[in-house]
Amino acid sequence: MRYLPLNEDDRAAMLARIGVSSIDDLFADIPAKARLDGLLENLPEHATEMAVERHFTALSGRSLNAGEAPFFCGGGAYRHHVPASVDHLIQRSEFLTAYTPYQPEIAQGTLQTLFEFQTQVAQLTGMDVANASLYDGSTATAEAVRMAGRITRRGKCVLAPGLHPQYAQTVQTALQGQTMRVQALDPAMGADAKMVEALDEDTACIVVQNPNVFGELVDLEPLSKAAHEAGALLIAVVTEVVSLGLIKSPGEMGADIVAAEGQSIGNGLSFGGPYVGLFACRNDRKFIRQAPGRFAGQTVDADGKPGYVLTLSTREQHIRREKATSNICTNSGLCTLAFTIHLALLGELGFRKLAKLNHARACALADRLNALDGVEVLNTSFFNEFTVRVSGDATEIVEAMAKKSVLGGIPAARLFGAGKFDDLLLISVTETTLDTDFDALETALQEVL
Amino acid sequence: MAMNSTGRPTAPANQNDAGQDVKTFSGSRGLLQQEPLLHEVGGLEKCGVDFPPIPDCKSRLDGLERDNKIGLPGLSEPEVLRHYVRLSQRNYAIDLGLYPLGSCTMKHNPRLNEKVVRLPGFADIHPLQPQSTVQGALALMGEVSHWLMAITGMDAVALSPKAGAHGEWCGMMCIREALKDRGEVDTRRRVLVPESAHGTNPATAAACGFEIDELPADVTGRVDMDVLRTKIGPDVAAIMLTNPNTCGLFERDICEIADLVHEAGGYFYCDGANLNAIMGKTRVRDLGVDAMHINLHKTFSTPHGGGGPGAGPVVLSKRLSAYAPLPYLKADGDSWTLVEDAAQSEAKPFGRMSAFHGQMGMFVRALAYMMSHGADGLRQVSEDAVLNANYLLACLSDEMSPAFDGACMHEALFDDAFLKDTGVTTLDFSKAMIDEGYHPMTMYFPLVVHGAMLIEPTETESKESLDRFADTLLALAKAAKSGDRERFVTAPVLAPLRRLDETRAARSPVLRWAAD
Amino acid sequence: MSKLYFTKDHEWLSVEGSNATVGVSTYAAGQLGDVVFVELPQIGKTVKKGEDIAVVESVKSASEIYAPISGEITAANEALEDAPETVNEDAQGAGWFFKMTIADASELSGLMDEAAYGEFTRE
Repeated sequence: MRYLPLNEDDRAAMLARIGVSSIDDLFADIPAKARLDGLLENLPEHATEMAVERHFTALSGRSLNAGEAPFFCGGGAYRHHVPASVDHLIQRSEFLTAYTPYQPEIAQGTLQTLFEFQTQVAQLTGMDVANASLYDGSTATAEAVRMAGRITRRGKCVLAPGLHPQYAQTVQTALQGQTMRVQALDPAMGADAKMVEALDEDTACIVVQNPNVFGELVDLEPLSKAAHEAGALLIAVVTEVVSLGLIKSPGEMGADIVAAEGQSIGNGLSFGGPYVGLFACRNDRKFIRQAPGRFAGQTVDADGKPGYVLTLSTREQHIRREKATSNICTNSGLCTLAFTIHLALLGELGFRKLAKLNHARACALADRLNALDGVEVLNTSFFNEFTVRVSGDATEIVEAMAKKSVLGGIPAARLFGAGKFDDLLLISVTETTLDTDFDALETALQEVL
Repeated sequence: MAMNSTGRPTAPANQNDAGQDVKTFSGSRGLLQQEPLLHEVGGLEKCGVDFPPIPDCKSRLDGLERDNKIGLPGLSEPEVLRHYVRLSQRNYAIDLGLYPLGSCTMKHNPRLNEKVVRLPGFADIHPLQPQSTVQGALALMGEVSHWLMAITGMDAVALSPKAGAHGEWCGMMCIREALKDRGEVDTRRRVLVPESAHGTNPATAAACGFEIDELPADVTGRVDMDVLRTKIGPDVAAIMLTNPNTCGLFERDICEIADLVHEAGGYFYCDGANLNAIMGKTRVRDLGVDAMHINLHKTFSTPHGGGGPGAGPVVLSKRLSAYAPLPYLKADGDSWTLVEDAAQSEAKPFGRMSAFHGQMGMFVRALAYMMSHGADGLRQVSEDAVLNANYLLACLSDEMSPAFDGACMHEALFDDAFLKDTGVTTLDFSKAMIDEGYHPMTMYFPLVVHGAMLIEPTETESKESLDRFADTLLALAKAAKSGDRERFVTAPVLAPLRRLDETRAARSPVLRWAAD
Repeated sequence: MSKLYFTKDHEWLSVEGSNATVGVSTYAAGQLGDVVFVELPQIGKTVKKGEDIAVVESVKSASEIYAPISGEITAANEALEDAPETVNEDAQGAGWFFKMTIADASELSGLMDEAAYGEFTRE
């Protein structure tokens, strides 16, 4: 076995040093009736590197990947171009094969990067501080809701009509067994402003996504004002962080906590994971002490040199156990690194250009599609994703386009279930979508409609 | 006041003689380059990415345009490369040396796995593409499920949990849902958790709304069966047990524990963090387990990446299978479906744990690892992991003090008795290891052992590597005993930084860079 | 004239009339390591003996503070929020946590005096 350095001579010598006659003596504590004498059943024996690679190449070939088709899917996961240097750097041994930085003297690479990441996330979201990441945007949203419950000691959270349905389900699931309850407003396209009506004296937070799941932009300011007047917090959710290069940040519009999906920067689609949950909040002692996950913080070493450590750990499960703010342990280390490196390559200038380019491309496609028979763009505003009404069943239309190797967006029914928005289609455009892709989508739509 | 654990110095003592610290004009030292923060070297006008011309368009932003600066520093590509390569050189890594963190399983990360995960049929597909266009990816998830069920003998697997703790939550929520189905969720409130458990166990049980009842260990480091018998009752929802446990020991009475819990109407949750010690030697089904998460980033070697991402699929017994969360995979001949919607489901899923379908990138790597090893190799992995740990236990016992008698499983646990009266603490000892070129072992965990040092070498260390490591630790132990306290309390002196002031970091938190 | 009591949970009580000042013992403060945060109880809260009402944290540990006796919280040492190091520097003086009323003076009889506590910590 190529990964196992011991040979039979080594094993014999080591058993002798230990003072046992066979390896099974070391497994003697396994109850006799549960011991496995032969090999595990229904599994092949070891395979060469070449054989494994061949198997995976064949499996990979059985899917239609985004790079080989005109591609318009978004819905919380976006296809952006990731510079080659990002993937090169995250594969450096010292980043890839390091553990959580518990020994700061020999983990400054990871720790300094996390500190840079926290700063970038705080800047992007317009918030005071950010943590070192959570699993993804949806679980970050659930954590934000629970945190709002602890801070306000109130029992209700209100979910916006434009919140990604899978995010809403994640929040609802996370609150099972908790005292907090969920009021999820009926999904609807331009209805987020109506959330103020659901505010009452038991409301801990309202959760609003911007741009919302239909791609529509939401002015958070009146919502935050109303929430604060009612003693509740505003949790802003962002599933497409590139939008923050062009639109006002949640912090600027009065958000108290921001939960976002950071996949768009530095991380590929990867069929839904691993992604990177961004989590930012106000610099208020009460907030920070109730926040989930890890924080990297700045300090000095014994010689007075600046350095970084994981800090404020008493909130976490390894110290606080059942009273921890969250059970999270592992976060999204390597994905945060990819995020930070990509954003360092972009910088202010590049990030804003990227956002502008995305918006311009989306505007161009929206205009083209709106001119087609049987297609109507429903959005009054959008960033790089919008909703169209098609004359027919959007799921069937998307399937029919897929047969022509066009990945023409996400039927709303895929997210909301059948029966409600069957003729709605979400279409996303990024810098990777070319004019030839627009042509292909237009042709495919005309053929299948 | 509950003295949960005694403190240890978290601020370095004032060092008067920083003799090892050669001052240079540049701040760099040989290969170790000085590197400030990105925010100190980057510029708002610098950029490492080129763009095509951006067409003019009528904005559809509804008046919500950003009109202020974000403040993001940028760099050109060569500057970015240099910045992060320099930072990388301040990290210890498995590829640099033995990384004996107990309970963390720092084993070799095969590069084949990194290669295949980047194939476009896994890396460049969207989670919401039509399922007809992602059959290869779904088939891969099916294969991962098959391997995990074959290794554990269990009846079902939930793939979507994103890390170990997320998997724990998944398993405990399945148990909660089953209790709900039985009408007992309000009466079965108690979850038994050993004192030695990883902190995620009690935190998870609490997140599901259960009450935690701690189980003490007996003198052999295992669950105290007499106490367990008194605590079992009709209000027990489940026991959460790590096996092998966090002391590196196999719970000998595990089958009896399972029977006791089952007879009382409860469920057996097994923390599978240490599956790497027993796969191919026993199947958790045969131990009576109802639910167990598997840390793909430990047992199946997906890289730790400086703290994630992980993946924590959960295997379930027949009693719990119906409650697995959405989405789940269904096979129909050669064709695969992902059931994403409760309305389409014939089972009773407890809910959804996150958007999309789980950590695909980890599934690919873990499957490549499992296929490379095969049934024979996985068994050999467990045997070599246990052999390596016992070899270290035997060698190190010459100077160090094992916490318990007898053989261990995949990790060897020592207490600080051998440092008694030396003035050297577990922390000092660990920091001296850094000067010797080693990452310290897990220290002060599990909490049940004083000054604990938990050493897990994994199966991917050679005998020569173990011998060098053991010689170093033995020499350090002798040095401590011979009164060379200075070597320890000032350590490390050869790392990129000396001991950091964690007290200062926590008392006045600085969590981001800010312009002066 | 105040009288000093100690609990087995390493808390001290300085009793003056029907009021008590509470903190953690010098011994406990030493064991904790550098205190970095103190979570104080709410003023006006009525507490029962044994209830956990505050938390003292060092970098690597968090310890619950229990109400040593029953009563009502009348003051909290807010200075600790900005200067938690006071607990290490002067645990049984300026490092006090909170003041409370004594609802049932008979609860004091179960507590140790300074000499008994000294004996207790030597064990």
